Amino acid sequence: MVTTIVENTASIAGIGQTTFAKGLGRSELDLACEAVVAACDDAGFPVADVDGVVSFHVEQVDEVDLMYALGFRNLAYFARTPSGGGGVASTVGLAALAVATGTANAVVVFRSRNRTKSAAYGADPNQGGRPWAKAGARLFDERQWHHPFGVAAPAQEMALIARRHMHEFGTTAEQFGMQAVAQRRHASTNPNAIMRAPISLDDWRASRMIADPIRLFDCSLENDGAVALLVTSTEHARDLRQPVVRVLAAAHGGGPIHTELADWFRFTASYDDRDHGGRHVARQLFERAEVTPADVDVAMVFDHFTMAVPLTLEQYGFCALGEGGPFVESGATCWPDGALPVNTHGGSNGEAFVHGVNHLPEAVRQLRGTAVNQVDGCEVAFVNGSITDPAGAVLLGRGAS
Amino acid sequence: MSDAPFPHPAPNADVAPFWDWCRRGELRIQRCRDCGAYRHHPRPRCPDCTSASYEWAPVSGRGVVYSYTICHPPVLPAFADRVPYNAVVVQLDEGPFMVSNLVDCENDDVTVGMPVEVRLVAVDDDLTLPLFAPIR
Repeated sequence: MVTTIVENTASIAGIGQTTFAKGLGRSELDLACEAVVAACDDAGFPVADVDGVVSFHVEQVDEVDLMYALGFRNLAYFARTPSGGGGVASTVGLAALAVATGTANAVVVFRSRNRTKSAAYGADPNQGGRPWAKAGARLFDERQWHHPFGVAAPAQEMALIARRHMHEFGTTAEQFGMQAVAQRRHASTNPNAIMRAPISLDDWRASRMIADPIRLFDCSLENDGAVALLVTSTEHARDLRQPVVRVLAAAHGGGPIHTELADWFRFTASYDDRDHGGRHVARQLFERAEVTPADVDVAMVFDHFTMAVPLTLEQYGFCALGEGGPFVESGATCWPDGALPVNTHGGSNGEAFVHGVNHLPEAVRQLRGTAVNQVDGCEVAFVNGSITDPAGAVLLGRGAS
Repeated sequence: MSDAPFPHPAPNADVAPFWDWCRRGELRIQRCRDCGAYRHHPRPRCPDCTSASYEWAPVSGRGVVYSYTICHPPVLPAFADRVPYNAVVVQLDEGPFMVSNLVDCENDDVTVGMPVEVRLVAVDDDLTLPLFAPIR
């Protein structure tokens, strides 16, 4: 399932986002329009000239509705990444692929969510509220292997993965909590963050258990909001308003899906003799970009739950297998002093949960030098989708090649 | 018991025999007739050798807890009365993994590696679940 091998020919020319909050009371299409227009305005690019749209497969805003709403005149390219959260970052790869091949000139990547409108849209499992809680009583798909045992929420699925990691490597729940504390600290200076009050590790310990070992403060937020990026050729991006942020490489690879836990563990049973998911993607990603994990200055890690951060850092080679917990505990992921600041905007438990797509504009801000918690001399940024689905990631770089 | 309907599999032809065997009181999983590999959850081909030839093979029903969690709210509506409840991944002695729950086991007593054996427990006339209990 390799989707792209396009290096340096595409760049992110614009970023846009809405307010992130609970209960905005606006449709997902409305939010998506605002984010797309903001991304085009940021770049100084006419909205009507957008000719490609990329999202990922659980997106509820239809591309054609977006076209009708915003008046795209020459829409030529539509694409979606598969399999849920694993594909959020590699959407940029599909956009870059279209640009590099000349299929499209200006491609919008977007994600829009409204999680607090279930009163208006309740029947559709993907519209408002918690989709898993509305799965119904007849299970035709893989959910039949875990819903009858009360395993349905992503937190429950990820808890099973986290517990095994703890058993294998001695990772502790407190190490997940330390990442939660670090991200909330990052969020405390981000005016766009929903959770601006920092927390202590004691606060984390006092937060209620959701699915042992995952506590409330490890969880991503449930909120509304939309994010968009404008991807165009690096050559074209140089003529637009913002400093160029290059797509160094993107990769998307097959890997085990957390909602099929029986097979997830089959593919990861011993962690070190299999090469699926993030590790598979990591090899492609760094080879294509011709950089190493040590060259990365800031990482935006998909963090539906904070346990994903140490596991991701291991899979992508930022630390050794099994060392993710101690890496977090060392303070390495904290801005400004850590060796690899992670989720400097506050991540999904601090800024907002826009399915991790809000991590992409933060990477762009870091490379432009305009982030609130700016990493000095930031040259290379990493952004990934969930490691627990067919996984994908991008490496972004500052300036012209 | 919660008033919410209990989630029921609505299996297709590839997977229906698994649930049928449970209802008949026996845990059986797919086994490749060519390479002998067991697999779960069910699927039409062997992921190890691609063979389409398989049987529904009886298994020991024994395994170990590979991982576990204790579930607190929010949970599926049908499970609201049970919180906190355990959920486990069991690795069968034959190799494959299954999501399940432990019965006859306090939440505080669940550990990774504990030996367990299957208990087929009927939810109603249509559904019997393969749950597990500690081997003491």
